[in-house]
Amino acid sequence: MIIDPVTLIVALITVATPVLLAAIGELVVEKSGVLNLGVEGMMIMGAVCGFIVAHETGSVAMAFVAGMGGAMALALVFAVLTQVLMANQVASGLALTLFGLGLAALLGSGYSGLPVPVASRPFPEALQAIPVAGPILFSHSVLVYVAIALVGAVWFVLARTRAGLVIRAVGENHDAAHALGYKVVRIRFATILFGGACAGLGGAFLSVVRVQNWFDGMTAGAGWIALALVVFASWKAGRVLLGAWLFGGIAALQLRLQAAEVGVPVALLDASPYLVTIIVLVIISSDRRRAALNAPAALGRAFHAAS
Amino acid sequence: MTALLAIEGLTKAYPGVVANDDVSFAIQTGEVHALLGENGAGKSTLVKMIYGLVKPDRGVMRLRGAPYAPAEPRAARAAGVAMVFQHFSLFEALNVAENIALGMENPPKPRDLAERIRKVSETYGLPLDPFRLVGDLSAGERQRVEIIRCLLQDPKLLIMDEPTSVLTPQEVEILFHTLRKLAAEGTAILYISHKLEEIRTLCDTATILRLGKKVATCTPRDVTAAHMAELMVGKSLSVPARDAHEPGAVLLKVEGLSVSAASPFGTSLRDVTLEVRAGEVLGIGGVAGNGQDELLSVLSGETPVAAGSVTLKGVALGALGPEARRGLGLLCAPEERLGHAAAPDMSLTENALLTGRGRKGLEARGFVDWSRTRGFAEAIIARFDVRTPGPGVAARALSGGNLQKFVIGREILQDPVVLVVNQPTWGVDASAAAAIRQALLDLAQGGAAVIVISQDLDELLEISDLFCALNEGRLSVPRPARGLGMEEIGLMLGGAHDMHEVAR
Repeated sequence: MIIDPVTLIVALITVATPVLLAAIGELVVEKSGVLNLGVEGMMIMGAVCGFIVAHETGSVAMAFVAGMGGAMALALVFAVLTQVLMANQVASGLALTLFGLGLAALLGSGYSGLPVPVASRPFPEALQAIPVAGPILFSHSVLVYVAIALVGAVWFVLARTRAGLVIRAVGENHDAAHALGYKVVRIRFATILFGGACAGLGGAFLSVVRVQNWFDGMTAGAGWIALALVVFASWKAGRVLLGAWLFGGIAALQLRLQAAEVGVPVALLDASPYLVTIIVLVIISSDRRRAALNAPAALGRAFHAAS
Repeated sequence: MTALLAIEGLTKAYPGVVANDDVSFAIQTGEVHALLGENGAGKSTLVKMIYGLVKPDRGVMRLRGAPYAPAEPRAARAAGVAMVFQHFSLFEALNVAENIALGMENPPKPRDLAERIRKVSETYGLPLDPFRLVGDLSAGERQRVEIIRCLLQDPKLLIMDEPTSVLTPQEVEILFHTLRKLAAEGTAILYISHKLEEIRTLCDTATILRLGKKVATCTPRDVTAAHMAELMVGKSLSVPARDAHEPGAVLLKVEGLSVSAASPFGTSLRDVTLEVRAGEVLGIGGVAGNGQDELLSVLSGETPVAAGSVTLKGVALGALGPEARRGLGLLCAPEERLGHAAAPDMSLTENALLTGRGRKGLEARGFVDWSRTRGFAEAIIARFDVRTPGPGVAARALSGGNLQKFVIGREILQDPVVLVVNQPTWGVDASAAAAIRQALLDLAQGGAAVIVISQDLDELLEISDLFCALNEGRLSVPRPARGLGMEEIGLMLGGAHDMHEVAR
């Protein structure tokens, strides 16, 4: 049984990308004080919309746009429900996931197994041919680099810019932010839609680039793992990246172990990425006082503007 | 000379209540103008209109003669109106500079901003480190953050909503010094408070509101505090009274108690020792965030501790939970009415059941006896003059003062051996506060021990037999409350630990 570390790393980056995209979007949503449990639903909407458009138009770029659009439409429903109609965020988010899974199955019926175009890779063959570094650094599709850049961008915006400061302020204490004249509902609408776009992009990557196929329930809990990543990463962008790669790494590794037929039950291997990721992140963020410091204090609480 | 801000016929009605009815007054440049009134008199609504948070139904405002109708706080700030809120509008997880930047239209770069914060804080004698986390600051320091945030805007009118309610006497002195300096430089200050003596020392003019209407304008220095109180309330108030008596046996004893804080901005209790005797009222003073909530949760049983560190009549109950302690006679009424002392969306009957089920026998074999429970709720309502249509009303629907009377009454009617209350009259108007204090005194008169945790020093001096101060989780040695001066109390609150030796 020989597992090639280079192909393993290449695989882990690919496997991690959908989760990473969804998680970084949800991180921004939660930093603004909104808990959207509908990530799984938005991801699968992104996956099905992306796949359909990729098949019909033959354009991967259009597929990504469609994936974002499909998930953002679902996110908009959530935003209206929770921010305008003041519905409970937890219940709305769960409903969103169920709705998204069902709607995606409906839209995608008949598309299973149809061909989609292959995503282009931005770097020339010569670079990819470099031993070790070539495949690891230069062999991926564009979206992988976009996802990593997005982590950096989200960190920078949240930590260093005024827009990020306002988002954090709204998530920390929406009443105070309102008293200072910030548009809490408007800001949260924007972050919820951003979170939807990210989740949709992750879903489209999954169906169009990674699996290159569509089947029901193909996200298989990736949206839930993204949600868990955000919490256990203590709302820190860098840790979300680490967690996503850890998840991807174990997922890629356990597939190879299954293929090598090691004497571990398949069910346990299947579950291992979820288990290991959560255990490791729980240990990292075990200092509860520090974790609470980073948690948005207004997370999940409905905002009523007191006039 | 035109007034800086002239208010004419301002009216604002909410469904079922007229918050402001035809209010007119004027504030001059460089004047410290007090806005006085009980809770619900319409002070907050009035300043919210000036600050652009609420739109008036009728009436006009003029700023230096020009029409002034801010659509939002941003517009008010641009016009030179700044406001320091009663409940600080600060973000605990952000640092001082970030908090200040959020309140500015065009904040400079972080480094320049930090420099300006340092400069302004030195000019006005308000020391503050721009990079500290607001969650780690004391209430007085937090207020400085708010004030400096306002001062950086170079305001013409500074609105302060009950600024001294959380400050030590020394911090109040510093604040007044700053405000006088600002007024001398030409900034007008609209000062909202119901602390009459403070207004008499600080303010040039006072406008008094009652039930949304302006009832009087006066010069505070020329009238007595009692006169202003009568204008506010519309009747004269009685001071709580009771007969002198000798304290009885020690009922509750806490020894060498140390508990580390449960939340990042909590306070750890350090080696707290106290005892109360039958018939005694122990007042625990201290600025918010010095361990009051933690002390209450240790006494109530929400935070279990070593069994022997809390004893009631010699019975060790430190490890017991709240219900078991209630059974033994140790009852508590926490500070936060909605969500801690009472469940907001449950009816008064249900809330009566929550703490009274054991002592009042409101349940049998796991079934609730609703008729007895309703009877208990009705008894509380009748005995403590809770203004409500009936016991079926949700706790949330009651005004702060009425709910507080209900919550305290609920515990008192259970005949506690020891009652612990935290901030019993916080946000409660003067007449309800007097009723609550009298009820606590009557309870002590009847042989129970009462511990009152409060930030209102006047209240503590009025009802306590013994006074001690809680500072950074440490409890000072108790001293007889009678004859204790503000100066000494200020030192106790400020944490002069060597005072312990003097006290002994």
